[in-house]
Amino acid sequence: MRLVLAEDLALLRDGLVRLLQAHGFEIVAAVDNGPELLRALVEHKPDVAVVDVRLPPTFTDEGLQAALEARRRVPGLPILVLSQYVEQLYARELLADGTGAVGYLLKDRVFNTDEFVDAVRRVASGGTAMDPEVISKLLARNVRDKPLAQLTPREREVLELMAEGCSNAAIAGRLFVSEGAVSKHTTNIFAKLSIDTSDETNRRVLAVLAYLNGSN
Amino acid sequence: MSTLTPHSADPPARGRWLGRALLSAWRGFVLVFLSVPALALFITCVVFMALVPLGVGLLFFFPLILLLRATANLTRTAMGSWSDVPIAVPYRRLPQGRGVTGLWRRTRQAITEGATWRDLLWALLYLPSSLLLACLPMMLIVNGLHGVLMPFLWEVAYRHVDPQWYTFIKVDSSQRAGLALPWGLVQMIAGLALAPWFARVNALWNRSLLAPTKEAELALRVQHLTESRTDAVDASAAELRRIERDLHDGAQARLVAMGMNLGAAEALLSTDPEAARTLLAETRAASAKALHELRDLVRGIHPPVLSDRGLGDAVRAVALESPLDVNVNVTLPARPELPLESAAYFAVTEVLTNAAKHSGGQHVEIDLTYVDGKLRITVTDDGVGGADLMKGTGLRGIERRLDTFDGTLALDSPEGGPTTVIMELPCDLSSRKTSLS
Repeated sequence: MRLVLAEDLALLRDGLVRLLQAHGFEIVAAVDNGPELLRALVEHKPDVAVVDVRLPPTFTDEGLQAALEARRRVPGLPILVLSQYVEQLYARELLADGTGAVGYLLKDRVFNTDEFVDAVRRVASGGTAMDPEVISKLLARNVRDKPLAQLTPREREVLELMAEGCSNAAIAGRLFVSEGAVSKHTTNIFAKLSIDTSDETNRRVLAVLAYLNGSN
Repeated sequence: MSTLTPHSADPPARGRWLGRALLSAWRGFVLVFLSVPALALFITCVVFMALVPLGVGLLFFFPLILLLRATANLTRTAMGSWSDVPIAVPYRRLPQGRGVTGLWRRTRQAITEGATWRDLLWALLYLPSSLLLACLPMMLIVNGLHGVLMPFLWEVAYRHVDPQWYTFIKVDSSQRAGLALPWGLVQMIAGLALAPWFARVNALWNRSLLAPTKEAELALRVQHLTESRTDAVDASAAELRRIERDLHDGAQARLVAMGMNLGAAEALLSTDPEAARTLLAETRAASAKALHELRDLVRGIHPPVLSDRGLGDAVRAVALESPLDVNVNVTLPARPELPLESAAYFAVTEVLTNAAKHSGGQHVEIDLTYVDGKLRITVTDDGVGGADLMKGTGLRGIERRLDTFDGTLALDSPEGGPTTVIMELPCDLSSRKTSLS
């Protein structure tokens, strides 16, 4: 699987390269600044990109801006964004085009190699990987929002895990229920949020979007 | 503090013109009565000033000055709210201190302060000036009314007594009395037409004596800067203490615990690998917690979105995390200076927190605009209102912090709501790059 990596700290970049190579990824470009990242993304059109939010030259949200711009030029380009902190605002911007294949994780999630590699794979295959911290903040806020208020506590739990990017099987594993039960819940969720498209991946992305946008 | 409601600029209808002219003539008449305390205070002040060297005066002079200042302040307020000529208060802060020494220091400052002498001059001149400028329209109107009623008065009263003079008309027949009617009418109309102009001229005259001089303005400015600088230094010292404490109790303590755990795990590795594994897992959890705390701490010092995107998106990010339904409108041509941006950000955050805690509302509108060289932030909620700067310390604290940047906070919160907080910070938005958003 071809991968573009953007990280300005040399130590962490080398570490990530080694880690990802060990899990069978082919690193086609490892860059350390925003403009080069954009060039690499558009030129290589990788299967997935792992991008640090804060990059030179401005050391602001250069990486996120490059990722969003690349996705404008190459729609649906899978990108996993890593950051020292997570912001709902940025999560929304990543999800806004509704095509999925995005991830937004805290940098410390890299420590848990298996989960991290799993998240990269999920994004590469068109899914989402949202940091539980984004999700938990949303949970605190969205309790009063109308369409979401119709969900049962169990359905909210399922939606939360779905928002993190878990598959039905993974959700079933985490909640200790059968996969059939989970798919029943997801059907209910889609109905309550009035999402009626047949494409499964897209449906999940839309549900997460509805979740993030709260009342919309 | 600035007033919230701008003065309406629409041209008044005819009926309202009459009403306003009458009102301003009436107010001018009322203002004359201030000459009673003014003159009385002038005389007593002069007398007791002469007695200051004898000691008796010292006891009474200062309270008299305070009364004089109260009278002058009343006039200042009246000029501001009645004639739209705001007059700033020129007095410096009085020195503290107990007993005779304190009284003496206060008296000495009052005597040496230019504003005191200008107040006294004002008190002396107030009676003639108010008769001439404030009261004249009302006198014209009343005298005019007398003339208009002359034919009637002649019939019922004046014909039975000695001939009366109505200005230059000797009223000794019904024809002459009839002549007084148009003349009276002219005076009434003149009085009404002149009333707003006289009110304004009177206000300007009062301002020339009651407003601070250039020198006094500078002295007040220095006093204000000294105070706000002290506030700023105190606030940043307190902030540093908080950060130090947070680091000490939080991340630092966790790192120590992690070090100990790792040492124990190392020792257990050969004898009890299972226990070592548990310890290592615990240590990893602790490291995640420490990171989490550091992130929160950094966010409290300077939120990442603020440095990434500027004020607009930073406020949007806060809005997303608020339990209320917040709508943010941003029209800023560029980013303000970093310290001011940060102050504005924390001010909005606190106002929003206040609204969430106390307003009982559901919806908040936040507007960020740049008007007349000022960054203006308007926060409106649909809560129950009744917020008071004097009661809550929250808004007061925000006001004080904005003060460091010469910013102001105005609050409009009638019982029943809605509550509007307007914060204004003077700044130059041409000096930095345009915001990305």
